[in-house]
Amino acid sequence: MEDRSTTGSWRNKLGFWKWAIASVLFRLILTYFSKNLNLSSRPEVSTPLTSLRRLAEGYWLKQLSMSPYSGSMYHGSPLLLSILGPLTVKKIGGLSSELLCSLVSVVADFISAILIRATGTSLVRSHLHNWKALGLDKLFKGDEAVPSGDVAALVYLWNPFTIVSCIGFNTSAIENMFVVMSLYGASAGLVPLAAFGWVVSSHLSLYPIVLVIPVVFLLGYGLDAPPRKLFAQSNLKGGEKRSADHAELKSLNDKFSKTNFSWWRVVIFFFWAFVWTSYVLIMCAISMKEYGGLGEMFKRTYGFILAIEDLSPNIGVLWYFFAEVFDFFRNFFLIVFHVNILFMILPLAIRLNHRPCFLAFLYLAVSSMLKSYPSVGDSALYLSLLVLFVNELEEMQFTFFLFCGYVGISLLSPVMHNLWIWRGTGNANFYFATAIGYACFQIILVVESVSAMLNHDRKIRKLCNKV
Amino acid sequence: MSRLKSFLLLFLALFSATASVRVEELNEEFTEALLLRPLPDRKVLAHFHFRSSAPPSQRYGRHHRIFPKSIYQLVHKFQVREMELSFTQGRWNYERWGGFDPISSSNAKPPGVELWAEFDVPHDQVDDSWKNLTHALSGLFCASINFLERSTSYSAPHWSFGSASGKLRYGTLPREAVCTENLTPWLKLLPCRDKAGLSSLMDRPSIYRGYYHSQRLHLKSDESDASETSTGIVLEQILTVVLRPETFSEKALQPNWSLSSLFGRSVSGKCSLSSSSNVYVQFEQNLVSAGDKLREVSEASENAISVGEGFQDNPLFELSLLPKRVIRESGNFQKAGSILYEFSVEDSNEFKPFDLRLNWKTPVAWSSPQAPLQASRFLLGSGNERGAIAISMKSTRSTNNVEGTGGYDENECWLRVGIFQMVPWYVKVYYHTLKLFLDGKPQSSMENIEKILVSPSEDKVSTGVMELILRLPCSVHTAALTLEFDKGFLHIDEYPPDANQGFDIPSAVIHFADFVANMSLHENSLKQEPILSKLQEEVPVISYTEVLLVPLTTPDFSMPYNVITITCTVFALYFGSLLNALRRRVSEDEKLLSGKGARKAGPLMLMISKLTAKLRGKPQEPPELSDSGRSSSKYKLIAKVVLVAGVAAAWQFYFQ
Repeated sequence: MEDRSTTGSWRNKLGFWKWAIASVLFRLILTYFSKNLNLSSRPEVSTPLTSLRRLAEGYWLKQLSMSPYSGSMYHGSPLLLSILGPLTVKKIGGLSSELLCSLVSVVADFISAILIRATGTSLVRSHLHNWKALGLDKLFKGDEAVPSGDVAALVYLWNPFTIVSCIGFNTSAIENMFVVMSLYGASAGLVPLAAFGWVVSSHLSLYPIVLVIPVVFLLGYGLDAPPRKLFAQSNLKGGEKRSADHAELKSLNDKFSKTNFSWWRVVIFFFWAFVWTSYVLIMCAISMKEYGGLGEMFKRTYGFILAIEDLSPNIGVLWYFFAEVFDFFRNFFLIVFHVNILFMILPLAIRLNHRPCFLAFLYLAVSSMLKSYPSVGDSALYLSLLVLFVNELEEMQFTFFLFCGYVGISLLSPVMHNLWIWRGTGNANFYFATAIGYACFQIILVVESVSAMLNHDRKIRKLCNKV
Repeated sequence: MSRLKSFLLLFLALFSATASVRVEELNEEFTEALLLRPLPDRKVLAHFHFRSSAPPSQRYGRHHRIFPKSIYQLVHKFQVREMELSFTQGRWNYERWGGFDPISSSNAKPPGVELWAEFDVPHDQVDDSWKNLTHALSGLFCASINFLERSTSYSAPHWSFGSASGKLRYGTLPREAVCTENLTPWLKLLPCRDKAGLSSLMDRPSIYRGYYHSQRLHLKSDESDASETSTGIVLEQILTVVLRPETFSEKALQPNWSLSSLFGRSVSGKCSLSSSSNVYVQFEQNLVSAGDKLREVSEASENAISVGEGFQDNPLFELSLLPKRVIRESGNFQKAGSILYEFSVEDSNEFKPFDLRLNWKTPVAWSSPQAPLQASRFLLGSGNERGAIAISMKSTRSTNNVEGTGGYDENECWLRVGIFQMVPWYVKVYYHTLKLFLDGKPQSSMENIEKILVSPSEDKVSTGVMELILRLPCSVHTAALTLEFDKGFLHIDEYPPDANQGFDIPSAVIHFADFVANMSLHENSLKQEPILSKLQEEVPVISYTEVLLVPLTTPDFSMPYNVITITCTVFALYFGSLLNALRRRVSEDEKLLSGKGARKAGPLMLMISKLTAKLRGKPQEPPELSDSGRSSSKYKLIAKVVLVAGVAAAWQFYFQ
């Protein structure tokens, strides 16, 4: 109960609900002006996959009983089309269609923030619990633990990237919501929810499919913890030192037993994942029945993602690469770049298997960096997940440098885009340079956070050895 | 054996001779005609019309006297049912040269090359036939028609062009330059080339000096159906030029011209292979009624009695030759129709060339009949990211009073306008943004659209086609249609050599389904003349809009190697540094650091160790240096800086 009180003081200081509601109000105000802001056509905000304008085109084609995928415009899920499609044409009470879609995004953002907060709260609790279990709780004062859930949720809500992509008339807020839902479900032990989030988010944007590893670890081992062998050591030591305290010992033993991999939950997860997958596929098959079936859907959604057919500029580096690369090597480089995401999955999973939430953050960061059509909405998600580990990553390096880099790139990139596209005075290379810079900053962020996390574990090991 | 063969051959020859005797009434025919028409803006329209026909080969055989062999082979090989190919330079000025008469609605063509063809093959072979046909025509006419082979440059219109059989293909090349190398092979198809007959007027410099130049080849064949009524292959070759006569007449007066002043040549006799060879001078309906008015005025003032419909006493103009015939169009009862004067060139020869001359007597101004709506198309927006195509149509009712055959009913009057718009794939049109404005007021989208057919473009596979029929109230003054689009980004190989010039969107075709442009000549005998029967044919009123030039963003064409190396470097950085961070073991690190700390580290070593520590992402643990060591290194550094500065100063001093 001590941790509750210590984080409670922080929480009072923070005033989570006040700020959350303020952010929602801010979004609503911006939504009202969204027509003037004209964010929906920004390459940073809406990609060919997430743009709602393309969704409206797909819906219009479907209304004319044509395949929504005819015309290389829409590349999203047919389910999203049937849910969001009517909103793009309806005008309720004089509100424009864009307003309705933005309201959906605002709601999705708010739900994601709440889920992030819940995940973060349980992460902090387990953090403190683990320190207690290792007998390290006396080494540092209680008020040092930041309620990372609240902070992360607020960072998510107030991140300019999130706000921009929320107002920007696209579906990335919804995709993010399902990713967060899956993580929350796994961390809270709600297996069906985790499976649902995972299935839907990978259906919507393919890349979250790699989250199956952290979700399985989360379900199998529980929340993030220091390396498991430390518990065994400290359990032995603690058993000698604190034999008097029977109750505590018992709880520690429980904890120790929990570190075993619980296969049962993983099996249930896969069962649910199978159920949800078949459900989603059947729904898709029904809505695609007249337009070429599931094969057409996979070709137009996943095929479009993997083949990088659209070469319009975005904040990633692949569009320019594939606009310039010789046709002969195109397939080779497509394979190389996609495999680059997959290559890192195994090493990261081996080294960080005791921290599944952090692993999920890494996977999201890596895929948002290397994905074919990245947008700032992806960055918004992994940046707020990064804040979840604010306690562990205290000693991360270059944070100020990275912060300045992100700010600088997000200011420079629109300028370069404007110079190139609108004024015609710049050159594609300038815009590409900002994209390269952005990729580099993301790489540094990922590498530094991994090192900081590993160092944190080393520190714990040292402390344990000392204790 | 050889004897038997020769006998057989002889027999065959005999048989074929008897066969040819049997079908003697079937014969190849070639006619030539030239129609001249003064235009309101001091220009002259010259419309050459050559028609060759070959009877069906089932009955006539495969050998032709007049009909060009290459065209016959083309028709047979690719089973072409109907085909039209046009090479055009310049733009038909619908406002001044008219848009409602048969000549403008079937001869005004979009700039560049336009080709449509309908095939008589099963549906799955149509595309192959089209591809082969484009290659054949490309070779035949020395033009890059073979670029129409790519599926991204042609389309299959459903109802905008002729039949809705689904076997029609349509493609345009707006940027194709048209010149003599296209005209020469076209002339080769004529039996007399340009050596004799009307085609000898085609002096290249004077034709290409014109304001508008369109050379057309229209082919119609019903070879495939074996019925008795089939007419075989009909090839029409039409050249329409708009020229300005170079005369120094009074400003108010229309310029006088003659054939020799227009073309720099005159006709010396007809092509001896042609069955008829006529020259027509057409005066438009509005000009005729202006002349009638003038005559009435003169009659009233001079109180003279006009003698019949003679043209010699025409107060407006004077023709140097006596016409063979005067053909009046049967207009409406309150208005006169247009007048055609027919001349024959048969009795001219080298010593007495046919050189028709037109002299104006009185200044006159008239306007050509207009299509009900005058369409123009333009781009909206700026920048290279997105834009919009707008087609605006302005009613011409205030300027002319053409009574449409579709009927202007006072109560329920609708004007049906068909629009055919082909968009290349790199202009990514959002069809759901289709907006219609009537008199500047936006309409709810589907109300005025009678029929719509959209086949959106597939990236790098097919063009987008939009066909729609609008139903507009007759009282409408302006109608505008907008469509938003995103500009695509292409691979560097897909850009044409001059990428910054921009990309063309082919002309939209506006057709007025309720109106037909034809001349109603009341004499049935006139149908024998191909050009007159062509003029009497009921053709829908069609007009083409401008070609649009869309600038697209270009990448840096010189950068592929740089982009590849830089991107790969970034990926290597990611892969290497992340793997390094994961691989590192703490014990090795500590060993390394302690080893370094034990040594007395110089400033360079300090820097390196700092750098490596930073690169490895380890909180740097600088080897502890004594205070004196640090201060001494500082002094050394200062000394070095001073030394370098001194050398630089000496260098500077020495060279001054």
